[in-house]
Amino acid sequence: MNTREKILGAVLQNQPPTTTLPDITRFKGNSIDLVQKYMDVFKTIGGSSFLVDDIAAVKLSIAENFDATKRIVTTLPELGDRFELISAAADPHSYENIELAIIKAHFSVAENGAVWLTEEVMGQRIIPYICQHLAVIVNAENIVPSLHEAYERIGAGEYGFGAFIGGPSKTADIEQALVLGAHGPLTMTVFILK
Amino acid sequence: MSQTKTKDHAALAEAFIKDEERVDWHDGALWYIREKRDIAAKQIPEWEELREAASKIKSNVISNLHEYLLQFEANLKKNGVTVHWADSAEEHNQIVYSILKAKEINQMVKSKSMLTEECHLNEYLEERGIEVINSDLGEYIQQIDNEPPSHIVLPCIHKRKEEIGELFHEHLGTEKGLSDPTLLTRVARKHLRNIFLTRRGALTGVNFAVAETGEYIVCTNEGNADMGAHLSEVQIASMGLEKLIPQKKHLGIFLRLLARSATGQPITIYSSHYKKPRIGQEMHLILVDAGRTRQLGRPDFRDSLKCIKCGSCMNTCPVYRKSGGLSYHNTISGPIGAILAPNLDMKNHADLPYASTLCGSCSNVCPVKINIHEQLYKWRQEIVKEGYAANTKALGMKTMAWTLSSPGKFTTVAKAGKWFMHNVPFVLNNKFNPWYKQRDMPDGPKESFSEWFTKNKEQKK
Repeated sequence: MNTREKILGAVLQNQPPTTTLPDITRFKGNSIDLVQKYMDVFKTIGGSSFLVDDIAAVKLSIAENFDATKRIVTTLPELGDRFELISAAADPHSYENIELAIIKAHFSVAENGAVWLTEEVMGQRIIPYICQHLAVIVNAENIVPSLHEAYERIGAGEYGFGAFIGGPSKTADIEQALVLGAHGPLTMTVFILK
Repeated sequence: MSQTKTKDHAALAEAFIKDEERVDWHDGALWYIREKRDIAAKQIPEWEELREAASKIKSNVISNLHEYLLQFEANLKKNGVTVHWADSAEEHNQIVYSILKAKEINQMVKSKSMLTEECHLNEYLEERGIEVINSDLGEYIQQIDNEPPSHIVLPCIHKRKEEIGELFHEHLGTEKGLSDPTLLTRVARKHLRNIFLTRRGALTGVNFAVAETGEYIVCTNEGNADMGAHLSEVQIASMGLEKLIPQKKHLGIFLRLLARSATGQPITIYSSHYKKPRIGQEMHLILVDAGRTRQLGRPDFRDSLKCIKCGSCMNTCPVYRKSGGLSYHNTISGPIGAILAPNLDMKNHADLPYASTLCGSCSNVCPVKINIHEQLYKWRQEIVKEGYAANTKALGMKTMAWTLSSPGKFTTVAKAGKWFMHNVPFVLNNKFNPWYKQRDMPDGPKESFSEWFTKNKEQKK
């Protein structure tokens, strides 16, 4: 008998009689004033968010807040005139020196401040982690109240890799002192497109 | 890094509590996290319903584990992930070694995984010439200090920043006396970035595994799991069988509970959903039993397999806060560790279920509603029955049973106790009575309740 059969046999023998799954459809988030709620929560987790009219405003804000002499990459064709477009085929290590990555989220979650990204919108899986600063654009109508609506929206969606990202990387491992910028980005900015 | 048991919890805790200032600080630091958890929980009106739903989902998992394992395995294969099964810690370690060996990898980066700590994977690989570096900051600090983690979420919560500064000075060449948390974190960031960029093999733990889709979720705040995984040629995930959940939508429940219970955050910064390997990358998943099916077969204790490793039971536990995680001489410390450890080795961990006041605070904060304090009490009975209780405890229990067996005996003993406390306190207050260590006893009452009651009853008449 191989290990797999041995383990499965032990599980079958030891598991108790079946219990039913609870109905979780009653769990819903509060859908009032989602943009404001998102911005408030995102601030508490160490992020900055801006409500903007269009992509031109995003460009302006980036020019004001980030060092344009350093390497800035994006997956958005409408930003391709200013910044380097991410290549899905490049060696992920080649993005080691990026200062800022600008990508677009499928949606964000008001209750916890997180954005939902899949590898298609990341350009490469490593991008939102390896950059020194992360900027994410999300349409204002794409803010869902809670994770329940989020997973409803993701549904059976096909992806090889996806992630909720809620804020700059952080640690409090040394004496519970909060430090932003552990191994991932030092800052995270979200642009909410009206 | 392995901890072989030489002393029991009480003896190890004694060393920890000698430094009173440190104990007070440790106690306060953990209580602060407990308070943050309370604030976060209170912001969710349906918090208690979420806990109930999470507990029921996990009950369903435990009762259908066989089916979910088969479903998960089939989906993993469909997604292009290689599946391995390990019966024991040793078999798990052998599998990791063989995967790395096949690719001629001799350096690996590892994110936080209590399972691999439990398996002593690092030592196993290092003995065979493979270097492992823990990338979670707290775990990295513990690794360079050659100590296991003292807390499952905050691995070096028992260390002062000056001690960490000293370790960095010794291992990373920082200036002597540097103890600023931000500066120390920046040094580690720089050092570990180079590790991520040069390691071809990466191992992560698993927080949740979805049977329905074959994906697994890894939660971190630092981004270290992803830095390692997305830059690796070979990605390995190790998980205990109990980490399964039935459907993706159930993540909505668990991710709302996990970080709020752990640190009071609304969600961990990163909740990564790994489904398929990157083009050109190998992805392996190891399903580990190592005692879990045995725990599944214990009706009184199987609910411990519901644990989502948030650490809230540790943060709230008065014994944990005052004795430190390393006193538990087990990878998973605190109340949950004390109900998991006896399943692995009852004799060696017979002391742990006694490292509790049975106050029940752990059960009250547990996001999946494990009856932790009841299980601690039940383990004590098992341990006495199996003959593993310490002699003093067994003797104490026998004396108590005799005393409480009739009202007459109780009255006699209580009177004698009072007489001793008032007239010859040194008989009780000495180094042979563990209650007097670091403690002063209050003065005993002048009369017992029954004496007071009898007197008052007569007066009223």
